[in-house]
Amino acid sequence: MNKTLIILKREYLTRVTKKSFIVTTLLVPLFMVALMVIPAWLATRDDNQERTIAVYDETNMFLGQISQEGSTKYHFVDPDTYNRLKENLAGSEFYALLYIPGNIITTNRAQLSSPKQVPFELAEQIERRLSQIVEADKRQKVISESGVPDLEEKLAAARTRISVNTMKVTEKGEEKKSSSMVAFIASYGMGFLIYFFVFMYGSLVMRSVMEEKKNRIVEVIISSVKPFELMSGKILGTALVGLTQVGIWIVLLVVGMTVVQGFFTPESAQEMGQSLLQSQPQMGAVQQSIPEAENQIAEILESIKTLNLPLIIFGFLFYFLGGYLLYSSLMGAIGAAVDNDEDSQQLVFPVTFPLILSIILLFSISKNPEGSIAFWASIIPFTSPICMLARIPYGVPAWELLLSIFLLITTLVGVIWVAAKIYRTGILMYGKKVNLKELYKWLTYRG
Amino acid sequence: MELFIARNIHKEYGATRALNDVSISVGKGSIFGLLGPNGAGKTTLIRIINQITAPDQGELFFDGRKMTTADVSRIGYLPEERGLYKKMKIGEQALYLAQLKGMSYRDAMKSLKYWFEKFDIVAWWDKKVEELSKGMQQKVQFITTVIHKPDLLIFDEPFSGFDPINANLIKQEILELRDKGATIIFSTHNMSTVEDLCDHIALINKSRKILDGPIHEIKQTYKSNIFEVSYKGDFNRVSSLLDPSFAILEHQENPYENTIRIQHLNGTDSNDLIRLLVNAAEIVSFREVIPSMNDVFIKVVESYNASNQ
Repeated sequence: MNKTLIILKREYLTRVTKKSFIVTTLLVPLFMVALMVIPAWLATRDDNQERTIAVYDETNMFLGQISQEGSTKYHFVDPDTYNRLKENLAGSEFYALLYIPGNIITTNRAQLSSPKQVPFELAEQIERRLSQIVEADKRQKVISESGVPDLEEKLAAARTRISVNTMKVTEKGEEKKSSSMVAFIASYGMGFLIYFFVFMYGSLVMRSVMEEKKNRIVEVIISSVKPFELMSGKILGTALVGLTQVGIWIVLLVVGMTVVQGFFTPESAQEMGQSLLQSQPQMGAVQQSIPEAENQIAEILESIKTLNLPLIIFGFLFYFLGGYLLYSSLMGAIGAAVDNDEDSQQLVFPVTFPLILSIILLFSISKNPEGSIAFWASIIPFTSPICMLARIPYGVPAWELLLSIFLLITTLVGVIWVAAKIYRTGILMYGKKVNLKELYKWLTYRG
Repeated sequence: MELFIARNIHKEYGATRALNDVSISVGKGSIFGLLGPNGAGKTTLIRIINQITAPDQGELFFDGRKMTTADVSRIGYLPEERGLYKKMKIGEQALYLAQLKGMSYRDAMKSLKYWFEKFDIVAWWDKKVEELSKGMQQKVQFITTVIHKPDLLIFDEPFSGFDPINANLIKQEILELRDKGATIIFSTHNMSTVEDLCDHIALINKSRKILDGPIHEIKQTYKSNIFEVSYKGDFNRVSSLLDPSFAILEHQENPYENTIRIQHLNGTDSNDLIRLLVNAAEIVSFREVIPSMNDVFIKVVESYNASNQ
């Protein structure tokens, strides 16, 4: 059996059978599902607390308009009771005291006092209720003053929402429906995925190299295999561990989502959506256009189909692999060059800086995918894995893509050569504090 | 017949010269001692033999032809600084290292079974390295070094960390491997082991080879015609009879017999001395003092360093 393969196998099996691997692999999707399910579940649960609120209404406008909403009851009181309650609200049977001043129509202000902290939702509920009543009152007045009896219907008809369909014109001149939101999500998602993968598994490679150096087993191993074989087996084995983990996550997430969808019936989901919309009065208009929202979702699905999926998948695989190989070989070289964790941190930062920079640049790239920052960041090999990938969903000229791919491959060859040199020298070097100058010197050593 | 030859090896690390024109040849089936002070360049030479690093200049021959990287599967190497994966099970680990040496799974398992039984450590197979003592780990390391029946074995300080019983066990194993035809290169600072085991030595100092040869020849070369005589009789009489070509280095008077060390200054013939002494005293024992490897080592290195200041 090929020796690189033996090393790859060991690297893979020891990582995958580790308890910590199994635990994180299973817990992360569970955590993510929980993150989605628990707030949703809590939102569907009603606030069942029975509360009675004393209302002192100076206007006499609201009597009978508000009596009960959910588990909250409203009890109108006379001025004497109001004064008594004002003195000693905590001692009374009421949860809170709502004071509606006579001039509420002009001031738009009322006051809710309670010995306890009033929940945000309850305060909003009261605000909404009062606003609706005052608004209806005002509207009534406007209608009667204007003398147009069906003004209300006319105003409703005049309410407008315009949606802009973004179309992408291909070189052949045919128009394709596109969604900038879908492109945005795709480019961000893939950029972050590469970032995390490279960071996590790159440092795993580094730690694995350091372990062998610390253990002093490395001298035995490289008397059997070439250092390059050892390093490649390690990097490829770790990549496989990562792919296994991501694969398991995808499967678990799909399963989890299916379970979640089954858990929430469509009706309860709709209810949830409505209650969310209701809680924001300024979005009241949207409330009437749920079919419109559904239409939007269909449009998004439609525009996902119009993305150049084969190109995106190819780009993802290529830049994913390229970025990982580029950074993990450098991380492996760092692991070989240093003796302890503290020293490694000093070298890791300059190496991973372009990676962090790429994530920062993502924001400006999504704003202007054609700009010069986007162009250079997606051509320069150390930032291109994330930045070019982020541009692909928006569409990239073929020559830029080819140039970026070509440069990444050439750089990769060079970086692997440098990393292998540093690795084979560093791995047998103990007790020497390394800096960049020292590392450069190692490149001149023969074999 | 030589199994391994290194010819005119040069190696530099930046400005540091690790090896300067070093040549050695190791006879098939012999035990070759590679000696030298710390930092002399021994480890570099060993790493060159193992193809871990390449020489800047010079040639390596293995079994009669130019050495190739494939030859490392015929070498077993036990480095001085040695370790194992702490979290990996002993058996899996030994199997892994054997497979890296090019053994098939089946051959490796068969051979491991033999060695684990021989060392009576079958019960350790599923233990993790961190559960074992240092001496136990050394046994496992020894097995992983010899598992693939290498033609050339390189041991760097193989006995460090072993208690006397286990050190002896390993020593017997090494001799047994030699008897079965293996060639052994042996690097150590323990000169009594060198005298016990080695047929031939090379001494490296400050990146140069300064001494090379069969161990008994070297000792003959470095003897200085000193004789130790035990006798019954009067010391003054003995000393007065000796002519100026003899120098008394030390003498000791005991109740029954006296001992004297005499150096022959203008010759090597012991009979010259005996002829003089028989007239003065009754000789109980007479022997030529042959230097130990320890003496040779110190003498050669110190005189080299003194002349190359």
